[in-house]
Amino acid sequence: MVAVELNVNGREAHLQLDPRTTLLDTLREHLHLTGTKKGCDHGQCGACTVIVEGRRINSCLTLAVMHQGDKVTTIEGLGTPERLHPMQRAFVTHDGYQCGYCTPGQICSAVAVLEEIEAGIPSHATDDLEKVAFSDAEVRERMSGNICRCAAYPNIIAAIRDVAGEDKA
Amino acid sequence: MKFDSPATSNPIDRGRVVGIPQDRIDGPAKVTGTAPYAYERHDAAPSAVYGWIVGSAIAKGRIKAIDSQAAQAAPGVLGIVTHQNAGPLDKGNMNTAHLLGGPQIEHFEQAVALVIADTLENARDAARLLRIDYAPEKGRFDLAAEMGSAVAPETGFGGPADTRAGDFDAAFARAPVRIDQRYTTPDQSHAMLEPHATTAAWNGDQLTLWTSNQMVSWSAGDLAKTLRIPKENVRLVSPYIGGGFGAKLFLRADALLAALGARTVGRPVKVAIARPQVPNNTTHRPATIQRVRIGANRNGVIDAIAHDVWSGDLPGGGPETAAQQTRLLYRGDHRLTTHRLATLDLPEGNAMRAPGEAVGLLALEVAMDELAEACNVDPVELRIRNDVQHDPEVGPSRPFSSRKFVECLRQGADRFGWSRRHPKPGQVREGRWLVGMGVASAFRNNLVARSGARIGVDGKGHVTVETDMTDIGTGSYTIIAQTAAEMLGVPLAAVTVRLGDSRFPASSGSGGQWGANSSTSGVYAAAWALRGKLAEKAGFAPDQAVFEDGMIRQGNQSKPIGSLAGREGLWAEDQIEFGDLAKRYAQATFGAHFCEVGVDIDTAEVRVRRMGGAFAAGRILNPKSARSQVIGAMTMGVGAALMEELSVDTRFGFFVNHDMAEYLVPVHADIPEQDVLFLDELDDKSSPMKAKGVGELGICGAGAAVANAIYNATGIRLRDYPLTIDKLLERGEGSALA
Repeated sequence: MVAVELNVNGREAHLQLDPRTTLLDTLREHLHLTGTKKGCDHGQCGACTVIVEGRRINSCLTLAVMHQGDKVTTIEGLGTPERLHPMQRAFVTHDGYQCGYCTPGQICSAVAVLEEIEAGIPSHATDDLEKVAFSDAEVRERMSGNICRCAAYPNIIAAIRDVAGEDKA
Repeated sequence: MKFDSPATSNPIDRGRVVGIPQDRIDGPAKVTGTAPYAYERHDAAPSAVYGWIVGSAIAKGRIKAIDSQAAQAAPGVLGIVTHQNAGPLDKGNMNTAHLLGGPQIEHFEQAVALVIADTLENARDAARLLRIDYAPEKGRFDLAAEMGSAVAPETGFGGPADTRAGDFDAAFARAPVRIDQRYTTPDQSHAMLEPHATTAAWNGDQLTLWTSNQMVSWSAGDLAKTLRIPKENVRLVSPYIGGGFGAKLFLRADALLAALGARTVGRPVKVAIARPQVPNNTTHRPATIQRVRIGANRNGVIDAIAHDVWSGDLPGGGPETAAQQTRLLYRGDHRLTTHRLATLDLPEGNAMRAPGEAVGLLALEVAMDELAEACNVDPVELRIRNDVQHDPEVGPSRPFSSRKFVECLRQGADRFGWSRRHPKPGQVREGRWLVGMGVASAFRNNLVARSGARIGVDGKGHVTVETDMTDIGTGSYTIIAQTAAEMLGVPLAAVTVRLGDSRFPASSGSGGQWGANSSTSGVYAAAWALRGKLAEKAGFAPDQAVFEDGMIRQGNQSKPIGSLAGREGLWAEDQIEFGDLAKRYAQATFGAHFCEVGVDIDTAEVRVRRMGGAFAAGRILNPKSARSQVIGAMTMGVGAALMEELSVDTRFGFFVNHDMAEYLVPVHADIPEQDVLFLDELDDKSSPMKAKGVGELGICGAGAAVANAIYNATGIRLRDYPLTIDKLLERGEGSALA
């Protein structure tokens, strides 16, 4: 067992963990934050996406012991049913989900994607590396690690576009 | 309530809540991660320990010996379940292979053991220490090689193996224009985002499963049968399901092994089928080989049509009924459909979204494109010419309940800008892209199933609906709430819906696109019963009472339904039962798919640029979620056309690409804007809701529209799905490709 300290959604968590425990299983099985989903456990589907130290990662592909002291934001840290984050509200408005299982990962990814674009981080779809700007193609490219088998893709893009517009206004 | 004559005017027709686009009522729970899925029931089973499934390493044969000593001694291990200690087990009615294998092995990755430990890490680690000695046997894994031994299957869910009308052979032989082509579709995987998962707990002889299952009543029954215990001792709870597409229609190994594991260790156990196990351990859509023959006159009017289908499954399994739509879609006096089933020792084949039509239309609708070209008729016009308003196998005595097929083609073509399509392939070039458009018909049978519900109103006028119906992303919560709100005259926010619990009245469940229409009709029936009780309390005549604004009204008298219900509340229960309207009338849903693709002139990479469709499926209960169902299915159609294929290792008998990295499905970057038009339609012969299914219609034909667009772009006609770059490049010489 290894002592692990994390800051999850603004709260300190002091854990004694089997060193084999992934960040994903730490969240789901030890902290009972089950909003972060396990779709494949192999970094293939994106359902487990969380934001660690400001960057989105697949929490199934990393061990909790590798994140001593890190700040982790999960879907639970973005909003609650009573106080939805703007991205969560936009997903409801645009029907950006169906079964709901990829949804927390999509939303965490979407929040981080807008920050990446704002920070000028380019992607494969960026034409001019000096001018990274919001576009549907940019978002589709950056969101492609989050699989939605129900395929609410155009609705998810509409939700993200909506939030991006709000931010700029 | 018996539905055996066409619906007349009823409260649903008011359309104040039903038919209006609504946000999903389960939305806030889903977007905040607070909706509990099967493996997440810390609330219900806080002491659950972890089970890890061990799958068979061979496809066919026997287990000679199991050495579990090392696994048993591993840290944290609490117990191991195998066929040697599981006790006598039966098999569910809906299962083809046994869910716990051994000593006989029926397919690769068939579960042979469950290792239970205090943590997931310990269970997974110990599972690797299990030593299983197998005696493999030779199996049959190659559909093409087994075609010759295929036989006519028994009449099953998809109808008889063969259907005939007129004299196909003679009519085809004399037809001035003949199409005769062979098409193949591969095995496909549902790849829903949530793998099958169950948390199981015993309390004495009472078993509760929190699971992920589309058909609560079927699966509670099949678990009871498998365990040889009374069905009333089994409770299944499945309120949130992370996708199904048919993969979760049946009891699977997670549920059985969680139950057995919990019995073995004397505490709750949870089990998820690990993603790399899913394609081989569970079910898949079977591969098909299809031959389509069409005989027409020079104007493209069909006189003779035949569709022959070969598929394979384990002994006792069923066929992929890919000729279903060919029985009903187009005119023609001389008709023939056949299904042949080969025995294969691959994992179990079974239903995936729109079984039958989803792959049948991948063949038929390309054949229609080939016929259009052979007759020099526009493909939209060709389909219009071959419309038929009755069941063409039976004749005018069996009309369609409603069939706005031609309207779908016309309106869909207009919206898509079909007139801009160049009729000759390989003519349109934009930069490095060859551009083409394709059309395909959408067709899916409308099925209905008995469905029950209970509905209550409390002293404050708040309404609660309970049914074992499931919401697999289809929007059931919301349409059921809409139905209750419309029937009782309350706002949507005044309705709570509880689903997916076998303690609630048995419903249709979710499958075959029958769920929305059937389950809301069950709620309609229960609401009628409750309206009667409320009217009686108010002293009003039930057939004259009007329910609106939370009140029951007759003439100028009105009373709040909450005060009539009183402190103890008022409940009613009923179910909808369907008579013979589906026999007297052919019932189906229709549409037209349009697609524009770009094909890279050098690499042959295919990009879908636009998709659009027009659909007629009766009353659209919630246009918002119905549109999502349709675009999601269209996307699965793109997957079928361009990338989805379980590759069979014909030496060892398993699917090689058994995870989400290797089994490709469409991602964000693959899917452009998708336009969906629902035609105004009420089908009074389908149900009192006047709705039909819509959840599967969108996949039916979508892939063929992609295939036809590729042909229009390149002049390369591919008939073996998926239509991948290598196949295009192989045929590149002499084509429009560079």
